[in-house]
Amino acid sequence: MATEILSGKVHVQTTINGEQVDFLAEPRESLLEVLRDHLGLTGAKEGCNNGNCGACNVVMDGALVNSCCVLSVEAAGASIETIEGVASPEGLHPLQQSFLENAALQCGVCTPGFIVAAKALLEENPNPTEYEVRWWLAGNLCRCTGYDKIVRAVLDAAERMRAEA
Amino acid sequence: MTAGNGAYRVVGTRPVRHDGVDKVTGRARYGVDANMPGMVWGKVLRSPHARARIRGIDTSRAEAAGQVLAVVTGDDFPDPGAGEAEANESGMQSLRYMAERVIARRRVTYEGQVIAAVAAASVHEAEEALSLIDVDYEVLPPVLDVREAMQDDAPVILDDLRTETGGVFDDKPSNIAKHFIFEEGDVEAGYSAADLVMERSYSTAMVHQGYIEPHNALAYWNPDGHLIVESSSQGHFGIRDELATMLEHPKSKIRVLPAEIGGGFGGKTTVYLEPLAAVLSRKIGRPVKMTMNRTEVLIGTGPAPGAFMTVKMGVTNEGKITAVNVDLAFEAGGYPGSAVSAGCLCCIGPFDIENFRVDGYDVVVNKPKSHAYRAPGAPQAEFAVDALIDEICAELDMDPLEFRRLNASKEGDLRVDGTRFHPIGNIETIDAAVATDHWQSELGESTGTKRRGRGVASGYWLNGGGKSSAVARLNGDGTVTLLEGSMDIGGTRTSIAMQLAEFLGIPIEDVDPIVPDTDSIAFTGVTGGSRVTYATGWAAIEAAEDLKDQMVEGLADYWDVPAESISFDAGVFSQNGTSLDFTEAAAALQEDGLEVVGKSTASPNAAGNTFAIHIADVEVDTETGKVDVLRYTALQDAGTAIYPPYVEGQMEGGVAQGVGWALNEEYVYSPDGRMLNASFLDYRMPTSLDLPMIETVIVEVPNPGHPYGVRGVGEVPIVPPLAAMANAISNAIGVRIRDLPASPREVQAAVANNA
Repeated sequence: MATEILSGKVHVQTTINGEQVDFLAEPRESLLEVLRDHLGLTGAKEGCNNGNCGACNVVMDGALVNSCCVLSVEAAGASIETIEGVASPEGLHPLQQSFLENAALQCGVCTPGFIVAAKALLEENPNPTEYEVRWWLAGNLCRCTGYDKIVRAVLDAAERMRAEA
Repeated sequence: MTAGNGAYRVVGTRPVRHDGVDKVTGRARYGVDANMPGMVWGKVLRSPHARARIRGIDTSRAEAAGQVLAVVTGDDFPDPGAGEAEANESGMQSLRYMAERVIARRRVTYEGQVIAAVAAASVHEAEEALSLIDVDYEVLPPVLDVREAMQDDAPVILDDLRTETGGVFDDKPSNIAKHFIFEEGDVEAGYSAADLVMERSYSTAMVHQGYIEPHNALAYWNPDGHLIVESSSQGHFGIRDELATMLEHPKSKIRVLPAEIGGGFGGKTTVYLEPLAAVLSRKIGRPVKMTMNRTEVLIGTGPAPGAFMTVKMGVTNEGKITAVNVDLAFEAGGYPGSAVSAGCLCCIGPFDIENFRVDGYDVVVNKPKSHAYRAPGAPQAEFAVDALIDEICAELDMDPLEFRRLNASKEGDLRVDGTRFHPIGNIETIDAAVATDHWQSELGESTGTKRRGRGVASGYWLNGGGKSSAVARLNGDGTVTLLEGSMDIGGTRTSIAMQLAEFLGIPIEDVDPIVPDTDSIAFTGVTGGSRVTYATGWAAIEAAEDLKDQMVEGLADYWDVPAESISFDAGVFSQNGTSLDFTEAAAALQEDGLEVVGKSTASPNAAGNTFAIHIADVEVDTETGKVDVLRYTALQDAGTAIYPPYVEGQMEGGVAQGVGWALNEEYVYSPDGRMLNASFLDYRMPTSLDLPMIETVIVEVPNPGHPYGVRGVGEVPIVPPLAAMANAISNAIGVRIRDLPASPREVQAAVANNA
């Protein structure tokens, strides 16, 4: 973990999707801005920029966070997982496959946040009830689907993952 | 073009959508994800006042600041003149008003109106520079309520506005931009024949579409005069045409790239940031990117109008409607052009009424200029009519679905615009609702302060047609690349491709649908009016037919037989005992050196009207005023459901938005016209925890005006929830809810007033 101030910018060393990454950021920039505008990881989206929609969800040191509410310098020494790291070279994650097969997206702009959030849920609770899924995902806004197919997709993915485990 | 016989191979199946993998992996490129080399950032200065005269704008401090690359104000745009232009889903509008909505000239008519824009190397530097622009405002008291704005002595917001009624203009300024009148039969005679006449007033608040992706634009004004724009919109041709009008720049020199769009619901059918980014780019010779934050989206774009509505209805003791008056006053916002005319056309659509008069008023108030929101105008208007019908049914002690069936409009009945209905599925939808498990189920017991209620409501939407283009290119391996001009807002690439695949008899996986830029396909209208699967689907079928005809011509040479001797069925070409399947035929034609490209620009105009019935069960906590949705069923006539999971998705999404409209969503204002809840924390949209699973029933009464029977499906599902929820709450607490949203505060007050 190293942070160094260079002409008003801070040098931050972090780990993103298992790879060591270095970036320079202004201290006022959010992790979301760094991911999107400096590192080209545009899967996380800005919907509200104040932690109310979940479109920018990433996992930081094992905790689900709104990256718009994390300062870029807080990423120093952390391990961050973004939507870009969810699929593997072998193929899609069961959640991604389940979202496709259950038609759990329409415009798709909230989808990365939902998948990152749902993955965090299933790692903590592999067998959630419908209510537990709804409670966990209440921090993610979707305006297209009415959530029905999203909740079904998460329950379906949980079942697939339990069968594979 | 031959009509299908109902035995479809592709239509009605549930394939994975073509753009799905990009969207679940985060790779899909939305407008906000666009960038270009050398790009800089633009930000907007917005008016903090709801109504003001602009005495002067001094940009000198900003221009002198080191980090500022350029500043623009209204003076940097051409004088709009006195003409009118097509404003996509809002019909014809005054050029001056359209221009002022993009950037103010001499006056401010709502908080959040654009005053100036700046460009800088970073978004933060641009934001900081806004405080260096000095604006001299003469602040005026705002007019926020539609009823207040209609008074003769109300302050006049736009001094150049005169009320238009049937093409005739009043001679003195007014806030009433337009008065629509639709009438048929003899209303007074209808009331005389009635056993019961009831009149009630209702209101709804201004609400926002609430798409998750904020507006954005990336523009590059090339020194050779070509303007390139990438933005999320519901129609890149509309964006191009509005830019051409506002910048007085030839359409042929503007290319608009279609980005993926993160929701629109009508709100992204017009320009906001695009002209600002373009003019900033022209000034500095570099690409300029602009995005809104959520507060800017709420105060600076086009929400749905709030409404004040009065409905008077006469019925016989048997429940037959004899006459109706509907009065709709809609908040247009700071400039004219609300959806009140569509509200007029839809409000009594589900009912066969011979004597009616519908009055609509388009009223300017100091709120954001309203814009299209899913079935624009219909949810408000049908809320008023369906809520009154619920009161009448209670008075007559009549089953509300039986009442709707008795009065249901059907083929040949009169529509509000004086024309007659084509074949429609209204009665079929009502019958399907009666047959649902939900309607047949017991509501369950109310206990203590938890009161249960059930409500039903109808929905009607016109649906649109219009111009769409498609190009189908045959590949040597038998697959087809389909270019189609409609921005895809939620799965229409696949629903269009399915129609092409159906016609050609090939698997849906063998079609690759792409939305190209405005230079690469012919004009296609906006993605709105539930028109895309209907009209662009139609164009895709015609392009497929053209492609098939060219393949037959090519095979005639290949086989050296007359083209007339070749038959085509289910993807197989045959002549005289020989046949080639689609893939073999494609390979043979490629071997012959033939490039096959089918194309069509279609303008179908027989979009079938569509109907919906929704059933809602709620539990109201009379202590807290909170409403829980226990069960919800949505039914609608889809004509033929081309892509059923996404028809269901439209229904489920429409319900969610409508429930939000009914229960929580509203623009809350301070007396001086500032929005008090301009964030997703305070503008409260439904979350996953606020809704149950939504039961959907697709009714299929094919539209004779489409080869496969398509009716648009996207809009009608937002129409019934307002009344379904209000009727359910009223049923639960025994007090009528006539003003939406039925927020906990409103429900508590209603219960308290009744005690």
